[in-house]
Amino acid sequence: MDLPALGNCVTSLSCIITQSTSGLIIGMLLFLVAAGVSLIFGVLKVVNFAHGSFYMLGAYLTLTVYGVTGSFLLAVVAAAIGVGLFGLLFERLIISRVYGSQVLMQLLVCYGVILILDDLVKIIWGAEFRSLGMPDVFLKPPFLFGGGVVPVYYLFLIVLTLIIAVLLGLAITKTRLGKIVRAVAVNPGMVSALGINTGLVYAGVFLLGGMLAGLAGALAAPVRSIVSGMGLSVVVESFIVTVIGGMGSVAGALVGSLLIGLVRSFGTIGFPLFTEGLMFLLMAVVLVLKPSGLFGRET
Amino acid sequence: MSARAIIDAEGLDVFYGSSQILFALGLSVLEGQTTALLGRNGAGKSTTLKALAGLVPPRRGRVRVMGIEFQGKKPHAIARAGIGFVPEDRQVFPEHTVEDNLLIAQKRGPNGEDYWTLARIYDMFPLLSPLKQRMAGRLSGGEQQMLTIARTLMGNPVGLLLDEPSEGLAPVIVARIGELLRRLRDMGVTVLLAEQNMHFCLGIASHALVIDKGQIVYRDTIAALKENEAVKKRYLAL
Repeated sequence: MDLPALGNCVTSLSCIITQSTSGLIIGMLLFLVAAGVSLIFGVLKVVNFAHGSFYMLGAYLTLTVYGVTGSFLLAVVAAAIGVGLFGLLFERLIISRVYGSQVLMQLLVCYGVILILDDLVKIIWGAEFRSLGMPDVFLKPPFLFGGGVVPVYYLFLIVLTLIIAVLLGLAITKTRLGKIVRAVAVNPGMVSALGINTGLVYAGVFLLGGMLAGLAGALAAPVRSIVSGMGLSVVVESFIVTVIGGMGSVAGALVGSLLIGLVRSFGTIGFPLFTEGLMFLLMAVVLVLKPSGLFGRET
Repeated sequence: MSARAIIDAEGLDVFYGSSQILFALGLSVLEGQTTALLGRNGAGKSTTLKALAGLVPPRRGRVRVMGIEFQGKKPHAIARAGIGFVPEDRQVFPEHTVEDNLLIAQKRGPNGEDYWTLARIYDMFPLLSPLKQRMAGRLSGGEQQMLTIARTLMGNPVGLLLDEPSEGLAPVIVARIGELLRRLRDMGVTVLLAEQNMHFCLGIASHALVIDKGQIVYRDTIAALKENEAVKKRYLAL
């Protein structure tokens, strides 16, 4: 524990800004994964433990497409679409067979897929750490706010993800499709009896969840090491976010992710050996005070 | 002219787990008529409607909707073929507004029918009009029952399966629902109305089916049933 260091940081504007920014990008990347986890759980009642592997695939796809084309934009789009389609196939071919099974069975199936993907990635891209490097468009001097350093790419990532969060929230609450998705989460049998193909809704939710995770992997590629198994910590944190924010709530996923991101970035300074513990502590506190999560509906 | 069957079922065996609920059940509902499906609690009325709607797949037997085979099809396929199902326990979407409940169900009928619009629904169900923006979970039981019927109508069904719409409601609301069903009948909507209460069905239904222990044990006009004391006494406890 290093409370003096934490004290020094929170009394210095430059340190607050630098740490908040790095907390925000941790949180924003986490949000893109956690929103999918939360939606899939909320609508399908499936614990998609393989969602972290979707994120990993997104990062590797970005590595390859960027390497071949040199266009980061193209790489991001390809990763989002590619992983979205992978999510769709995963739902149709694998996870749809264990709907209604025990959670343990679903976990087992997901774990099998995680192991297969981790090894496939090693076969295709190698077992060593890879890195994408910062794309040229973002190689500009960082912004300085009150002495704190904010790289251009960080700002881009935060703004882009916020836009996506707002669009996703609006789509779920305001559009007819979003209303159908929320109705399926509550009562799939009734929705089906009204003439709506709930199987398509399930597949669509996996497509969307996969796209968001692929996008997260793509956006993480310039700032993270890319390695087989990189999805594991992300998926664990996503479940913490889902518990903190509440199942199926986009706003909850955003707030939960940002909380986790800030806890991580400031926790590293004050409690360098207990950062992981802090996240679980935060989750425990929320569970005690509001078991359904900050934005979860009371049951 | 002889009316065609909107729904035609024969030899339906339905199980919940290992216990059999329906035994070789057969029935048909003719176009433009309201048919009452009467029976005691536990006789198999709800299961019959759920089997016809595809929610409880029959193990054996056939279901035809306007002559087309539909056994083993998913509920949404049967709904799109024009069969609207109104469950007994209402099943509104509690965290959606009244209007969103209606909009979710909006679709054309099997032949492109688009009679039912929000405006016509609010006209038919004036009670719902001031409650448009209210969460459906906060409605009274009677209001929820109206909403469930209205929601299914939004899908422009050709035939309507109604499961005990009068159950557990105050007499004044039951009377309003009866009035509503008469208006639907006069509009030519085909209805299969499951009920325990024969008196509720008089003046609404033209034909009656009596179900007992998972089998149809009597079929005739409802007027004939009304006069048949033996059947009423044996199967309806009247």
